[in-house]
This record gives sequence, C-alpha cells and structure tokens, in this order.
Amino acid sequence: MKGTNLGEFEELVLLTIAALVNEAYSVAICDELEKHTGRAAKLGVVHAVLNRLEEKSLVKSHLGDATSARGGKRKRYYEVTHAGKVALVKAKEVRESLWNIIPGFNLEGSL
Amino acid sequence: MNRIDPSESRTNLPKMPGPPRWAQRLLEWYCRPDLLEDLQGDLNEYFDRNRTTKGDRKARWIYCLDVLKFFRPYTIRKPDFINLLIHWIMLGSYLKTSRRSLVRNKLFSLINIVGLAVSMSVGLLVISFVADILAYDDFHEKKDRIFRVITTFKTPEQPQVDLASTSVKIGKQLRQTVSGIEEVTILRNGFGGDARVGEATIPLGGLWADASFFRVFTFPLLEGNPATALKNPYSLVLTEKTAKKLFGEVDPLGKTVRLDTLTYTVTGLLKDVPKLSHIQFDALASFSTAESLFARQDPNFYGWDNIWQNYVYMVLPESTRPESVLRSLTGFNKAENSRITNRTVSVSLQPLREASLGPKLHNAIGPTMIPLVVWVLIGLAMVIILSACFNYTNLSIARSLRRSREVGVRKIMGALKSHVLGQFLAESILIALLALVVSLGLFLFLRTQFLALDPFIDNLVSLEFSGRVIGSFILLALVVGLIAGVLPALFFSRIKPVLVLRDSSTLKIFRRVTLRKTLIILQYTFSLIFITTTLIGYAQYRSFLTFDLGFTTENILNINLKGNKGTVLANELRQIPGVVEVSKSLLVTSLGSIGGTTMKYKNSQDSALVWLNTVDEHYLPIHRHKLLAGTNFTRHPKTAQEESEIIVNEQVLKRFNIAKQNPQKALGEQVVVDKKKLTIVGVLKDFHYGTMENKIEPHMFRYFTDEAGGYLNVKVATTDLPATLASVEEAWRTVDKVHPMEAKFYDDQIEEAYRQFSIMIRIIGFVAVLAVCIAFLGLLGMVVFTTETRLKEISIRKVLGASEGGLVYLLSRNFLGLLLLAAFVALPATYLFFDQVVLVNFAYHRPIGLTELMIGVLIVMMPAFLMIVSQTLKAARKNPANVLKSE
Repeated sequence: MKGTNLGEFEELVLLTIAALVNEAYSVAICDELEKHTGRAAKLGVVHAVLNRLEEKSLVKSHLGDATSARGGKRKRYYEVTHAGKVALVKAKEVRESLWNIIPGFNLEGSL
Repeated sequence: MNRIDPSESRTNLPKMPGPPRWAQRLLEWYCRPDLLEDLQGDLNEYFDRNRTTKGDRKARWIYCLDVLKFFRPYTIRKPDFINLLIHWIMLGSYLKTSRRSLVRNKLFSLINIVGLAVSMSVGLLVISFVADILAYDDFHEKKDRIFRVITTFKTPEQPQVDLASTSVKIGKQLRQTVSGIEEVTILRNGFGGDARVGEATIPLGGLWADASFFRVFTFPLLEGNPATALKNPYSLVLTEKTAKKLFGEVDPLGKTVRLDTLTYTVTGLLKDVPKLSHIQFDALASFSTAESLFARQDPNFYGWDNIWQNYVYMVLPESTRPESVLRSLTGFNKAENSRITNRTVSVSLQPLREASLGPKLHNAIGPTMIPLVVWVLIGLAMVIILSACFNYTNLSIARSLRRSREVGVRKIMGALKSHVLGQFLAESILIALLALVVSLGLFLFLRTQFLALDPFIDNLVSLEFSGRVIGSFILLALVVGLIAGVLPALFFSRIKPVLVLRDSSTLKIFRRVTLRKTLIILQYTFSLIFITTTLIGYAQYRSFLTFDLGFTTENILNINLKGNKGTVLANELRQIPGVVEVSKSLLVTSLGSIGGTTMKYKNSQDSALVWLNTVDEHYLPIHRHKLLAGTNFTRHPKTAQEESEIIVNEQVLKRFNIAKQNPQKALGEQVVVDKKKLTIVGVLKDFHYGTMENKIEPHMFRYFTDEAGGYLNVKVATTDLPATLASVEEAWRTVDKVHPMEAKFYDDQIEEAYRQFSIMIRIIGFVAVLAVCIAFLGLLGMVVFTTETRLKEISIRKVLGASEGGLVYLLSRNFLGLLLLAAFVALPATYLFFDQVVLVNFAYHRPIGLTELMIGVLIVMMPAFLMIVSQTLKAARKNPANVLKSE
C-alpha cells in the first residue's frame, strides 16, 4: 500500500511543495497551506507528514545554507520526486474521472 | 566532550532572552540528530514570530509546549548502544578507581558508609512495616470486592461516634431487599468464655458468624463443610491451634465443647488465622446461636440502633459499583432515622483494605493503623536518609579537588560527559549497596527492638522478609545512591579537562558553598527539631503521669474480677496483713475506659449524659476523694432495686444548676437516673475521669451492689511487697481456679494509658539521636576538609604572627554561624508546632518550658562546638615550618 495511496492532507502538502518550487521548507509550507485552505496548519502535523512523505520517497530533501535567521540553524528544503509527481497526477486523474461521470444536474446549485 | 559553538553563543547572548534553556536541552537530548537542526530552526522561527505577535512570555510557553509535542516515535533518537557498551567495558575501571578512592580516604568513606547504613536501616524498618500493613487481608480471594458497613452514631449532646460495628438489621435488610450484592455476612463479637472438654478448661475468644462467612472471606476449612458448618445453632468451628489445645491429637469433628451452660458441637476445623488478618479469633460459633440466645432476652436485638456489637461484610460482583449499594444505604438511613428520636444512626460503606489502614473507628474488630502514622514514619525515615545523602553530596563535592585530575585524564582519553556522569553515579550506587549490607545487620537488631516496643506492634506486624520487601530494599539502595551521587556526578562531568590539568587551583571548589551551607543548616535544623520534640514530649509525658487527678492512685492494686463476684475475695484479702482496705468498682477511671448514662433533674425535658462509676462504700476513702459536702454512701443495699443514693461532682451541680451550685444545699436533692429517683448524699470536688485529652465533665458515683464483674481496688501498705502479692494471688486462686490473676498497680496502669504517647516519644527520640549523629558526622567531614585545605594559609598566617585563638576563631566562625542559624529556624518551628498543633489536643497540659528547648540546643550544639574547636585547634597548633616545607 505504501507509496501508492495519498491521504487528503498528504496530497495538499505535496501540492504545496510543488507550488513553492525552491522555497519549500516546513514553515513556508505551513504558511502556504494556511493561506490556501484557510485552516490552521500546525507545524507538528506538517512535520510528521513531511517525514512520512519522505519515507514513502514521494519527496526528497536537502539542507540549505546557514543564515543568521532561525538562530543560525539551516533550513531543510523539500522537492517532489518523480514518484511524487506520478502519485499527484494519478490522484488528479482519479478525481477527474469521477467528476466526469457525475450527471451535471446532481451538483447544480450547491456552488 | 564539550563542544562549544561560538556562533551560537555570540548571536544569542546580547539579544533578548531566547527560548527556555531546559526546553532546548530536552530537544537536543531526545531528537534524532538528522532531524534536530531543521526542527530547532523551525521552532526558533516560530518563537521569533510569536515573540513579536504574542509577547515574550507566551512565546516561551509555546516553545516549551512544542518541544514536548514533538516528542514522537519518529523524532526520538535510537539508544546509543556504543555508549552503553563503553560503560560496560569501563565498569571494571570505575570499580577499581572507586575502591582506591574509598581506601585512600578512610575517614570520609567511613562517614559516608556508616551514615548511609544507619539511615538506611531505619528506611528498611519503615519499608518492612509499610509492606506488612499493605499486605493486610491480602489472602482473601475477593479482597477487592469486600466491603464493610460502618456506622455513625449521633446524639444532640455528644460529638458523633464513628463505629466499625453496625446493626444486625442492616445486614438482614441488605441480604433480603437489595439486589446486586453477591454475599452478605453478619458477625458479632463477644463470643467466648471458658471452654470445657472433659476435665480440661481453656479460655476461648471468638466471634459469632453466620453461614455465608466462608463465602465472603477466604479462611480455608481443613475439615467440615463450609456451606453448612455455621448454619445450625450451637455449631462451633475451631482453628487448628485451639483444637489442639482442647482435644490434643484427636480429630475434633463432631465432638462437643461446653461453654458456660451450653453445649456446642464442633462442625469444622480451620487453618490458623494468618497474622496479617484484621479479623482474629480462636473459634467461630454460628450466628443462629446468638440469635436464639439473645433475641428473646433483648427485644432490641434486631433494632436499627443496636449497633455496638455486630459487623456486616459483603462481597459485590465485579460489575456492581459500591455507589449503587451506598444509595440504598442512604435510603435505609432516611427511612429508619425518621422512626427514632434523639439520635441518628447512619450507615455507609468501607472497602476492606481500610479496615486495617484507614480512619480510626470505635469498636474496631482488629488492629487499625491510621494513614497519618504511616506517613509520619515514612517522613521520619526520609529525613534521616536525606540527611545521610547530604553528607555524601557535601563531602564528595568538597573533595572534588582530589579527583578532578582523574576526571581530566579520563576526558582527555576520550570520555564523554555521560561517561563521567555514569562513573560517579556507579560509584555512589556501589557505596549505597555496601551500606545496604551493613544496614541489613542493623535492621535485624532494630527489628527486635521495634517489636519489643509494645505488644500492640508485635501483634500488628511480623516484619518478615518477602520477595517484595527485599526488592524494595535494593530499590531503596539504588535510589539512595542516585540521590546522594547526582550532584557530585553532575559537578564532575562538567569539569573542563584542559583547565584542571594545567592548574588544578582554577577548579572552583568553593563555588557551591551556598549549596553546602544550606544542606548543613537543613541537617541541623531537623536534628534540633527532633531533639526538642523528644524533650518537650517527654516533659509532657512525665507531667501526665504525675498529674494531680484529684484523688490518689498510690499503692492501689487493681484486680480484674473477670466476672467473679467480688465480696468473697474482698473478705479474703482483708485478712492479709499487708492489705489496708479493699474496695470495689465497676471501672478503673483515668485510663481511657468510660461509661455514662443520662441524668435528669427537675425539668423532665432536660437530660444530660453524666459519666458514671459504680463503687462500694470503701472506694472514696481509699482513693482519698475530697467531699465538699455530705457523706459517703450511708445505705448499703444488696440489690439494684433498693438503690437510693448518689454522689456527684461539682460539674453535675453546675450542669443542672442544682441548689445554685451550693454543695451544702444540694444534699437531699433528687435526680433521676435510669428511671430511678436517687438522693444526693455527697458532693465531691472535681476530679479527672478521662485522660488528659478530656476536660473534667459531670460525673456520678452510684452504689455497687453485689453483682459480678468489675474490679477490686486493694490498698497495700507493706514492707514486703512480694510476700503480700503472693498471698493476694493465693486468695485469688481460692476464688477462681481457671483464670490467672490480672492485677496491676494503678500508677502502672496510668503509665500504660499513655503508652502510645511514650512509644511515639521513643521512636522520635531514636530518630533524633540518629539525625544528630549523622549531622555530626557530616559536619566533622566538612570541618576536617576545610581545615586541611586551608592548612597552608593557616601556617602563613601563623608565621606572620597570628595567635592560636585568632586562628580558631577564623576557622570556626563560619560553622558556628551555620549552627546558630539552624537554631533560629528550628526552635520557633518546634515551639509553634507543639503550641498550635499537638498540645491543643490535651485539655490539661503543662506549658512548654524554655529549659527543654535550651537543653535540646545544648545536646545538639555542644558536641558540634567541641568538635569544631578541637579540629581547628589541631590545625592551628601545627608547626608551620613542617607544613610549608613539604610542598
């Protein structure tokens, strides 16, 4: 199962990493998530998800350069791996195929 | 190794205070190294952000919370096996250096080991005591589900009485009307007497118990059927020991035993009752016997307020919560109390374990230990043990100079901080284990002393070893080693090797002086508190014994009549040359046993409880009670119906305002007691009836007609006491051949009445002596060390012309200051404690004397003072040439 299925929040995090391109590190991901979803993204949760994604090798990470900010501690930047991209695309396709078979009237008026 | 990160310290220092250090450390400690840096950075970023938006405090708080929240399986560092392995490999080296340092400093090792051993032996005693108390009633299979019905009795006039006993009625009602109870059993005390089998007569004590007894409690039957053994009237179940006494080796089942006029059949043989059981008995008789015996005589046998002799225990099924039973009990309380006037009887539930360790209840069926006593004992042991730990801590840190080089070399060879920490903890634990061996020997000695302190303690506990107890002993040693060693170990682990090896004098051994001073002050404060407590307690105890009770107790021998009629024996005794006079009384007062009944005067609505003793006409002269007015009993009726006279004390006049409290005019007035009109023939000066805890209250003497029971009070005046006592015993044997005579001098009985008090004093006194000794040892170590370290300084001062007296003053000044400070803390604390907490419980007590406080100070301070002066003098007298030469 591992590596094939994406949880809802995992997918969001993965998408955010992809969106942030070169600036994807934990705090920035949290902020971006909050901005787009409108719900509070706790660092603890995001951190755990990042760790899990890396375990599933959907993302990879490297440490940046030291700066005087953050008490001199380096940032860990994330980027989406090939497997991650495949998983994202697959998730999107699943959704779209489902959207396509919904008769138009069924969801009308709910927007 | 100490890794210093210069960039970090430089960026952090000049700014505002950063996140809490301990939280940062915690994170560093638990977090996996590959995740650590990023995580620290994230938290720092959030911290900075929070500081600007939410303020400094909040930001720090959130930081701490986050650090704790990140403690998750995926962030935790895997244990460092290499490190553990190194510890294991190095263990031999640690042991070797520890042994060497122990042998090199014999005085300090001795102080440490002796101090720890002595204090731990007290700890061992308390552990085994507490273990025994907690093991009470452990053998019952359903122990967690057994509950007891307890009772509260209240009248408008008296404070409420809490009882372990209850009514038969509640037992029956629970059994019949309340569902969800597995089993109910009713017990009744007072079964017993002289059991006769053929020619043999043996006194027997036990309980009445009904047929469900064996379904509630786990007392295994060796013979007989547990379901039916206690069913029929006149059935008797014996313990093995009793059976052996009565029948020898013969199988007792089916045999008969005569008690008084009744014949019982033995229906069961029990294994002996374990010592740690709150229910103790020689024999059980079926409850149906008690019902057939008493229910006819006593119309109130099944009454709601007949709560003095019966015990009700129940087993609840696992699914039932005690609250549901409690609800039905509250229902019974309400319904039944509406039917009785002038008093309320309320029942509630108590789990089985509180029967042995719980609140003090009257009519307790077995020994009860109140939790406070247990806590006090634990507290005393803790103080003593901590005191010995302080010694270790103090001496180790003080002597760190000697071992800092070793640590320096170890660190240079590659030892990490944690290795040094481990080494010194291992050393202190090793010493604690050594001390444990010594303390085991001391414990065996202490145990016999403790058990011999009082028969109550001997009955209560056995203090035997068990696996659990021995495990706790070892645990205690480990904990003691950790507590004693943690500060020195931390101290050594922080030593910077480069500095130490270059110049050992840079080591700041005097940096922790405040800590060491505080520890010494603490030790001496506790020692002083204990000593003064002992002295004050002892002074009070003496004053209780010599207190003027308002009558004399001198040379009066009280003989328990054990149910015999007293007249014959009294006449026999009067024939003995050494006996002056003999009187008879129902009670021996001022010992704590009391009895009273209600009295009414003219107003039939106004009744009050008046304490009572029934005596004969010789009682007042023998005890030299002072009559304010009137006479002794003038009529000596033979039966209770003819009784017509009463003698009262001043308090009775005051309570009922009889004749405006004028003793002369009160004579001839009539009061109603037990529905009888009695005339006051004498008024006595107030005297003490209860113990020192009770105020003097209304009291009356009634005439003791020729009934069985009570006591004989024999006034003895003889030069040959043993001979007189022998003839008294001979006279006893002509009257009662079964029971051994039980005679005690009144003064001895008073001493016994305050026995609990004296036991407490002895225990605290013992602890006080230990505390003083341990504190003394610690101080000795410190003084020796300080003078040794300053020997060179002293020599130079001497060369430059300092006098010996001046040097002694210089060296001892600090220590004496500490002792004085300790005295300033301890003395007011003790005084307030006694004045506000202890002595308020005693209606009559002598004021706290300053002498006791001063003597306490002297006992503690004198040895310390002498030791300080002698040690410093020794140092001051050293020849400076020798000291300075041997560089």
